[in-house]
Amino acid sequence: MSKSARTTRLCSVAAVASLAAALAVSPAGAQQPPIKVGLLEDVSGDIALMGKPKLNGSLLAVEEINNAGGIMGRKIELIHLDPQMDNARYQEFARRLLQRDKVDVLIGGITSASREAIRPIVNRTDVPYFYTNQYEGGVCDASTISIGAVPEQQFSTLIPWMTETFGKKVYTIAADYNFGQLSAEWTRDLMKKQGGQVIGEEFIPLGVSQFGQTIQNIQKANPDWIMTLNVGASQDSFFEQAAAAKLSYPMGSSIKVMLGFEHKRFPPPALAKMHATANWFEEIDTPAANDFKKRWRAKFPNEGYINDMGYNAYTALYMYKALVEKAKSTKKADLRKVIATGEACIDAPEGKICIDPKSQHTSHQMRLIGVNPDHSVRVIKDFGLIQPYWLGEVGCDLTKNDPKTQYSPSNLPKK
Amino acid sequence: MFAEAFSIAFQFADVFAFLILAAAGLAIIFGMMGIINMAHGEFITCGIYVTVIAVQHGVPLPLAQALGAVSAGLVGIALERTIIRHLYHRPLDSILATWGISLMVTQGMLIVLGSSWQGIGTPLGSFKVGDYTFSAYRLVLFGAAVGVLAGLYLIFMRTGYGVMARATMQNAAMAKALGVRTERMYAISFGLGAALAGLCGALYAPTMTLIPTMGITFIIESFVTVVVGGANVLLGTAPAGILLAIVRTALNAWYGQIAGQIGLLITVIIVIRILPEGVSGWLSRRER
Repeated sequence: MSKSARTTRLCSVAAVASLAAALAVSPAGAQQPPIKVGLLEDVSGDIALMGKPKLNGSLLAVEEINNAGGIMGRKIELIHLDPQMDNARYQEFARRLLQRDKVDVLIGGITSASREAIRPIVNRTDVPYFYTNQYEGGVCDASTISIGAVPEQQFSTLIPWMTETFGKKVYTIAADYNFGQLSAEWTRDLMKKQGGQVIGEEFIPLGVSQFGQTIQNIQKANPDWIMTLNVGASQDSFFEQAAAAKLSYPMGSSIKVMLGFEHKRFPPPALAKMHATANWFEEIDTPAANDFKKRWRAKFPNEGYINDMGYNAYTALYMYKALVEKAKSTKKADLRKVIATGEACIDAPEGKICIDPKSQHTSHQMRLIGVNPDHSVRVIKDFGLIQPYWLGEVGCDLTKNDPKTQYSPSNLPKK
Repeated sequence: MFAEAFSIAFQFADVFAFLILAAAGLAIIFGMMGIINMAHGEFITCGIYVTVIAVQHGVPLPLAQALGAVSAGLVGIALERTIIRHLYHRPLDSILATWGISLMVTQGMLIVLGSSWQGIGTPLGSFKVGDYTFSAYRLVLFGAAVGVLAGLYLIFMRTGYGVMARATMQNAAMAKALGVRTERMYAISFGLGAALAGLCGALYAPTMTLIPTMGITFIIESFVTVVVGGANVLLGTAPAGILLAIVRTALNAWYGQIAGQIGLLITVIIVIRILPEGVSGWLSRRER
């Protein structure tokens, strides 16, 4: 309820502002029309706890950018709608933002299912789309700019380390939809390259909250470590139930800790021995990161954890600002010309990151983190800057053609 | 070998407990009273959050869980008196009303209480059988499910309230003519159903993620069990729980949770196709 109220308020404020601007008949064009940013983030439903920080990150970035004079002197007008983790609503709202509100850029989507639901709709327009989550990778689409980390940044770093440290037998539990299936495929692929083996794989329907059988299956298989790719608050109950049953295998993941802050939501030691590679987690201790955290906490003092989704949502707006200012235009074609130069970079709180011209994915400073028994987080290894190289290597080159397809290790571009 | 057998029995007990505890409250409100209570999940959530708040304030867990069940019951009675009682002969409107309540409660909680809380941790530790380790608390859940079934039997078969409540559900006008205060029967029954939902939440609170929408995770299982069980709580819910738990445990073990979920839904389709009044309708017809 409050969300739509707030949206209405936002819209009405914007309407009043633009009316005032029109009436003023300002001399020397002092008031330029705002840049409209359409934002789709789930702030209610099963993944509200991840969507809320994404909205907050966007609000913080918009406030900072507007206070500093906007983008090329134009203020940002943020129009946020809440699709409530419903893919049909995602499509409806995407159409509404693109057709009725005529936004200059569309940002958002949490699950990969929601991204795939709106990508074809964005593709019929001239509007660029920023997907700001870490995800299973592989989207080769000229309209889509991906800000989050992808498997070659997360799995290609994590899995070799896990196999060397804990052993070559892994058991995967994954949410049963495109993210979980494709991430499990990545795990199989990389384990094979490491000479390791996936000795068990379990796909769990979204919304399942009871894991008695899963816990027993894992004990029966007796792996060296577990890859946890369970998604959503219900499936996170796995950690509590596994801890209660004294299941104490090392765990690895591409989404735990920095994204779902499970180490803050479950009492220790449920998340002990969890490992993940991340471009952002709140425990990062660098001057730039600390400064960013201070600004965030000043605006949202009640935030439980500043997660990578919120962080990526924040950097996405700065990346957009950098692109528009370099292109001196908001048109997708002009922004893509800037990306093609390889010079589309910003100094983010994690460090300098750039958009790769071939795949339109973002390079990231990757760190391997581990959760201690008391649920504090330690940095185990700093990998430095890692490029999103995989799509380029397998033959996606958006500077030459635009297949608008999502690839995976078992579904490669035709050479 | 023993460990394997124990593991299978344990999984069955675990699934059975979840089905029974999730469905008990709904079986009274939906099964007996005919109110399709879409806010069932929110009574569960109420039990969860009251339990967690009480534990955070230093109340021992069993007492906190009792508080959770009682508060859900009181909320249920208040809701029955203000809204539900106007809808007894309007089943479709009752769906809409309870669904509206459900939406308002979850969204209201999201705004007031935030999107997630830290859990309180599962008590009682674990035990080992063969190569497997199990959470001892899951046995408490199974015990509670059996206890709830026994308690319901005693309440409805051995108490004055039980006789009057059953009379009211069967023929309200006749019961009223014989001096039963039917309005009170409806209120108490609704309250009892809500309290059982609250108890379910209170019992599962230590084992799950705490978010305002978590009551929804119980909904499929509760409706499936009640539909398979039919209108009679005493005759229907327990056999339905056993049947569904066997199907689900077997499929979970054979092909994982997806198969278990699909199997559950296929079972309900088959059962309502051959036994439209559920297991209890079939059993009571056989008795006659």
